[in-house]
Amino acid sequence: MTMLFALVTAVCLLIGGAFAIVGALGILRFPDVYTRMHSASKAGTLGSGFCLLAVAIWAPDFSVTTRALAGVLFFLLTAPISAHLLARAALIAGYAPVSAGRPGDVSSTLCPPDRANELPVGEEHRSV
Amino acid sequence: MNPKDIIDIAADVTMMMLSFALLLVVVRIVRGPTLPDRIVALDLLVGVVIGFIATIGLKAEIFQYLDIAIALGLVGFLATVAFARFVMTRGRAGDAATTLPDSGPDSAYSGEVRR
Repeated sequence: MTMLFALVTAVCLLIGGAFAIVGALGILRFPDVYTRMHSASKAGTLGSGFCLLAVAIWAPDFSVTTRALAGVLFFLLTAPISAHLLARAALIAGYAPVSAGRPGDVSSTLCPPDRANELPVGEEHRSV
Repeated sequence: MNPKDIIDIAADVTMMMLSFALLLVVVRIVRGPTLPDRIVALDLLVGVVIGFIATIGLKAEIFQYLDIAIALGLVGFLATVAFARFVMTRGRAGDAATTLPDSGPDSAYSGEVRR
């Protein structure tokens, strides 16, 4: 039985490491900040989440398991919030995505790229 | 082969993978090219370090490290939110246009973004 738990823990650790590498590769290879954000917030969260899950499985007592699962829940809740805030801030500040101007682009309704640099401080909320 | 050996081997391999991921993220932080790129990379760096702390705690069987990991996650989240506010008030401030990381002057992605 301990052997089974050890195997599951080892598999969780390795999956976590693999997700971390995938997230890092995405952040290195994707073309703009928005696609990089997608890689960092999804694969990165799963990377740390699986490592914490391994701790939760291998933990000797219940309090450690609870803390590890609470940590996983916390990261799953906060990663989309921070990614959303950063994407919104970058779009309003005028960082155009690589898809700007192509069919299906909605970023220019938030802030037209050609006058992005002219927005004075405090004015940025009105353009939304 | 006893269970602790399996955990030790898996933790060692995982730490190597996480180190490689840290290296890639640091390359992105150094190369930029814009401030939001670096903020996103720092966010992922915090995530990888949390995984690292959990793995070390698992290998050493010191489960108090979990509290450090959760506290680091909280600090990373607040830092990202603060940086997002900063980007919003700062604007682009002359940052470079979007480029692929390894695009040369002849690449389709170099220069200004198509509008």
